[in-house]
Amino acid sequence: MTKEKYVKIASERSKRSNICTNVIKAYVTGGCICLIAHGFLKLYNEVCGMDFQNARILSTVSIVFIAGLLTGLGVFDNIAKFAGAGTLVPITGFSNAVTAPAIESKSEGFVNGVGAKMFVIAGPVIVYGVTASVIYGLFYYYFGG
Amino acid sequence: MSIIKINDIYIKECASVVGKNESEGPLGKYFDLCENDMRFGEDSWEMAESELTRRCIEMLLTKSGKKGKDVSLVTGGDLLNQCISSAFAVSENDIPYLGLYGACSTCAEGLVVGAIMAEKLQNDVISFASSHFCSAEKQFRFPLEYGGQRTPTSQSTVTGSGAFLLSKSGKIKVTEGLIGRVKDGNITDVNNMGAAMAPAAADTLMRYFVESGTKPSDFDVIATGDLGMEGHELTKQLMMTENVVMGDCFTDCGLMIYDMKKQDMHAGGSGCGCSAAVTAGHFCRLLEKGEIKNLLLVGTGALLSKTSANQGRTIPAVAHLVRLESVV
Repeated sequence: MTKEKYVKIASERSKRSNICTNVIKAYVTGGCICLIAHGFLKLYNEVCGMDFQNARILSTVSIVFIAGLLTGLGVFDNIAKFAGAGTLVPITGFSNAVTAPAIESKSEGFVNGVGAKMFVIAGPVIVYGVTASVIYGLFYYYFGG
Repeated sequence: MSIIKINDIYIKECASVVGKNESEGPLGKYFDLCENDMRFGEDSWEMAESELTRRCIEMLLTKSGKKGKDVSLVTGGDLLNQCISSAFAVSENDIPYLGLYGACSTCAEGLVVGAIMAEKLQNDVISFASSHFCSAEKQFRFPLEYGGQRTPTSQSTVTGSGAFLLSKSGKIKVTEGLIGRVKDGNITDVNNMGAAMAPAAADTLMRYFVESGTKPSDFDVIATGDLGMEGHELTKQLMMTENVVMGDCFTDCGLMIYDMKKQDMHAGGSGCGCSAAVTAGHFCRLLEKGEIKNLLLVGTGALLSKTSANQGRTIPAVAHLVRLESVV
């Protein structure tokens, strides 16, 4: 059997994830996370009397903290296993991507372990996120009016 | 001719240690020791794996009533870089150590190498292999707490270790070995190891059947190491193209160690500990009792690293074969 034919056979018979179920799960869980974040926004803004801009930032920080805490407690990965993109796409995914390698690398020390490996997953997001922001900023500066 | 004939070397004793998920699988009751603490009382996953291996070798020595000084060589390996868990595990035994890396094929590789060495040295040799789910995840995939989803074709690394005492007497005879050729089926998906390893398994099996003049029905059990659901079916398909029907005796340790319906293990178990623990805990028990007369164990290993995978390289694989016979 040729290699090309083998790759075709192997790829044809390999089961794919159920996209329909995954999309529904992701939509519901992602929606719930956003709902919780909005609850924080209302709490800080309307109950605590914080101004809207600050309340918005603090609600994001709260979600980041909760996701980090749940990662540390070993719960986040179980939720993410169900939710998929539902926890990955909101800022919870970013928080988890930083916390998880930090916890894992603790045994290698705070410099070579936690410090060096904390951004091993989130690093590319930061690098290309910042690069994209710079490009966008330049376009906006010159052509944005 | 490439089949290695081994004269008068037997598996005198074997030992197996597994983690919680493996102990909850269908073969759970046959393993010597089951540890619920994934850290095995250690502070890192690498040392946890090392402790797993150390306990397995200690169990083997206790069961066989031997001491380290009675053994001429210990040979084996694991999945970690530089086989660190094995090196730490044997560091206090004072037995000459020959480290092996055959990825998940290490158990079969170790049995062949160990049997040859036992024959040459005319003394007892220990062969072992081990893997740990958490250390393998850390090295090859993502941190344990990372919230990702696994694909249906992915396999779960077995937390387990199997050790064998190869000696001049015993109830299980190591009769033949066949070292595999590296086969590259052009598979690049690191989440489909079964598909990457199937061409190597099929190649070794075909070489063995042609050279030995045997056929699958001549064996009570033909077990591959950790092809999982995908690799098992693909190997059967590849053998069919050579007009060899594998039949009911053909199984896979990765499909046996977990309850594929109840335990969420996707395509099955993997890792060197998979075939090592299943062979030491289950197959050797059947061979010792004479419930099966002969066994072909085909250890299958995917020879990739995170670097080669990141560079987009294909996954080469190897499969080593060892033939065990009951002399009860």
